[in-house]
Amino acid sequence: MDVLDLARLQFASTTLFHYIFVPLTIGLSLLVAIIQTQYVITGDETYKKMAKFWGKLFLINFAMGVVTGIVQEFQFGMGWSEYSRFVGDIFGAPLAIEALMAFFVESTFIGLWIFGWDKLPKKVHLFSIWMVALGTTISSLWILIANSWMQNPVGYEIINGRAQMTDFGAVITNPNIFRQFPHVVSAAFITGGFFLVAISAYRLLRPSQEIEKVMFSRSLKTGLIFSLASVIFVIGTGHLSGQFMVEKQPMKLAAAEGLWESEAPAGMSFFQIGDENERTSIVNIQIPSLLSFLTFDNFEGLVPGINDLNSFYQEQYADVYGPDADYVPPMIWMVYWSFRAMVGFGMLMALLALVGIFFWWRGTLVNKRWFLLILPLTVVLPFIANATGWMLTELGRQPWIVQGLMRTEEGLSPNLTAVDLGISLIGFTLVYGILAIADFYLLWKFATVGTGGDPILPLPKSQPDDLKLESAY
Amino acid sequence: MSIDLNTIWFILIAVLFTGFFFLEGFDFGVGILLPFVAKDDQERRIVINTIGPHWDGNEVWLLTAGGAIFAAFPNWYATLFSGFYLALFVILIAMILRGVAFEFRSKDDNPTWRKTWDWALFIGSFLPALLWGVAFGNIVRGVPIDETMTFTGNFFTLLNPYSLLGGVVTLTLFILHGGLFLSMKVDGVILDRVKAAVTRIWIPVVAVVLLFVGYSFVETTLFENFTIVQGIGLVLAVVALLTAGWMIRQQKFGTAFIGTGVTIIGVVMFLFGGLFPRVMPSSLGSEFDLTIYNASSSPYTLQVMTIVALIFVPLVLLYQGWSYWVFRKRVTSESHLEY
Ligand code: HDD
Ligand code: HEM
Ligand code: HEM
Repeated sequence: MDVLDLARLQFASTTLFHYIFVPLTIGLSLLVAIIQTQYVITGDETYKKMAKFWGKLFLINFAMGVVTGIVQEFQFGMGWSEYSRFVGDIFGAPLAIEALMAFFVESTFIGLWIFGWDKLPKKVHLFSIWMVALGTTISSLWILIANSWMQNPVGYEIINGRAQMTDFGAVITNPNIFRQFPHVVSAAFITGGFFLVAISAYRLLRPSQEIEKVMFSRSLKTGLIFSLASVIFVIGTGHLSGQFMVEKQPMKLAAAEGLWESEAPAGMSFFQIGDENERTSIVNIQIPSLLSFLTFDNFEGLVPGINDLNSFYQEQYADVYGPDADYVPPMIWMVYWSFRAMVGFGMLMALLALVGIFFWWRGTLVNKRWFLLILPLTVVLPFIANATGWMLTELGRQPWIVQGLMRTEEGLSPNLTAVDLGISLIGFTLVYGILAIADFYLLWKFATVGTGGDPILPLPKSQPDDLKLESAY
Repeated sequence: MSIDLNTIWFILIAVLFTGFFFLEGFDFGVGILLPFVAKDDQERRIVINTIGPHWDGNEVWLLTAGGAIFAAFPNWYATLFSGFYLALFVILIAMILRGVAFEFRSKDDNPTWRKTWDWALFIGSFLPALLWGVAFGNIVRGVPIDETMTFTGNFFTLLNPYSLLGGVVTLTLFILHGGLFLSMKVDGVILDRVKAAVTRIWIPVVAVVLLFVGYSFVETTLFENFTIVQGIGLVLAVVALLTAGWMIRQQKFGTAFIGTGVTIIGVVMFLFGGLFPRVMPSSLGSEFDLTIYNASSSPYTLQVMTIVALIFVPLVLLYQGWSYWVFRKRVTSESHLEY
């Protein structure tokens, strides 16, 4: 592997790792805020127990989101210095604003929330979890504004070889953000929703005290409603994303569909085995005209294919990159299957949520053992859909780092060696691996026992003093 | 002479680093002192809980400084972080372990688990406290930067005596600062140990700070265009540090904490004042220096960012200040400990 591949692998793996925790943080913070609001309004102690139970899992996850985010803040400069010089004018601004508007809010109010139980007035304490939830959403808005600019550059001019911002308004109202933000945030809400659903189902299957039955059947219902609403939204906004993509990033759409040659009307591929060297498909099972319909709302539209687009770009960028440069994303199969995994799991989750709500309406939900047995396994679905969604977005953009303006290899830091990157890649992988195990262990432990009340932890044997502690985690 | 936007952003970034060193400085110090002032599990929990509600908010000062450098001086961001790649990698790993340790440590009762995270807290505080000083030592001393603004040295370029001394300055200063913070937040035997520790560490701090100032005179260009800002910074730092020592002798630890705080502010003024208008001097020739002009964003971006900063920085100060007020009480064995 050369330096470029190593740098890409490192960026992709650390970012995807960050993005395991991020959607759960966004979704769960809102859910905890909602549950705690129910507590404050009704005064029902069961809601307080629920808020504490889910709150604890939320915090374990939150910590991982925070520490992996620190790496992100510096990664662009570390691995992609030429990219950073090129876009700093535009890309740095939302990043800095994110820190000022969101990270400070999240980090300060999370401290107030963790340490403020029974210390702050109830309403102030409730306010702090709402601020955390708001902070996470604002944070995603600004980072997506930055990412949107890489997908669809607007509000800039190239001056002295750098992209300079000319219109901040245009940057923050990038048409791309109106598809991406709702899609990403509702995808995060599903993640929170299914987390509640899966763990509640698991707990309902096990013999438990009365209070736990109440807590977890309530949580299960909350999770189901929340998931259903979000999944409908995700599908709608995903559809809009696709329609936007054919306009601004047709190559990405063609890659996602494995559409080698232009077709009018174009069929939607269900299963394909392609040949990336010959740039053609070997086996392809299609539903006729469906792709045209999904992208243009009619059955006729022409959807451009990979090979035509490549020739088109070769002509357009001949002056800059020479006549033979290639504009086809490497690893089309990954883009293609990522898209299918995301959409497929989205549909599956929609179905699960519908069935669950149907049983609830019939009053049989908590007795349907077979259904409750399935639900715990579904916890992984939103995580896979999120990761594959990003793989589609980012891999499909290749070989561009900024669509149409800068190719990925131009963005790399020129001073880095394979040794530098090897050390950091191994280091991050090791540390992240260990942390993932520790994190999973804690989540498992707190999800499967207790009700989130304040159990007194049994003490380390050598530390009898700890008995004095009235409290705590 | 009116102040231009580039200068304002230079100052703002200095302010963000001051915030970081002041706030995260004491919680690094607390993390480093942890094994020395807390002898059993409960004592360690008390010490950790003194910074429990604050460490993340403090760290965001660094993240904001990073973001602000990216937005206002992209070339500085690009050259600095790609150039100091491996050093920054070590800092990041340390800060990752430290951040998780707070949340994870007391969530399991296995003594090995807890001991492991205590180590993570100690190392995760120790390394950044040292390495940020080394990094700034290198910045003011100058590193090899060529005509394409690319760093041409390697990891070992950064390990020179002057910069390492800079690291020892931040390390020891943060330990003192953290000890003084603890002295306001704990009581009983822990407080006794903290008092003993700060009394002992004060003299070495004074020694390394003075040595650093002297060494800067020989090794760097900080004194070449000695400005009034630098002068004030230097005087503030030295006077405040001496006052802190006097206050420690008088057992007025709270006042001494203000003293080390002012010392940190003074040191940042001295260093940034000496850099200005450069942000990263090149050791290959002053024509390759990165300055607030050749490293900066367009005036338009600076304008936008100035408006954003003017609105949000005061807000941040307000609610962070409030959170310190909420948790102003001492943490004792009677307290409800979350971490
Ligand atoms: C869709 C949302 C989203 C996306 C795409 C990203 N993040 Fe993130 N990030 C969050 C949503 C988020 C969050 C939910 O707001 C987190 C998780 C835990 C937290 O405190 O905030 C967070 C934490 C977080 C932190 C730690 C903040 C703290 O200490 O409180 C940093 C520095 C970053 N992120 C930076 C980045 C960068 C540079 C990204 C670009 C690659 C990025 N994040 C992608
Ligand atoms: C079920 C129907 C869905 C459709 C039609 C759909 C469509 C899309 C499209 C077209 C993109 C690429 C946007 C671009 O690069 O311009 C995308 C990205 C993405 N999707 Fe989906 N999606 C669906 C479901 C889901 C689900 C269930 C999740 C997660 C729970 C999810 C998470 C994401 C994420 C995180 C991205 C990357 C961010 C972005 O570019 O918007 N999607 N989706
Ligand atoms: C959390 C959100 C994001 C996720 C999950 C994500 C995911 C990915 C993935 C899967 C890749 C593919 C790696 C490869 O091609 O080998 C990638 C590449 C990359 N993305 Fe993103 N991305 C995210 C946000 C961003 C943002 C906001 C930026 C802004 C700069 C960005 C910049 C890049 C860069 C520089 C690369 C490496 C070069 C490349 O291969 O394209 N990504 N990212």
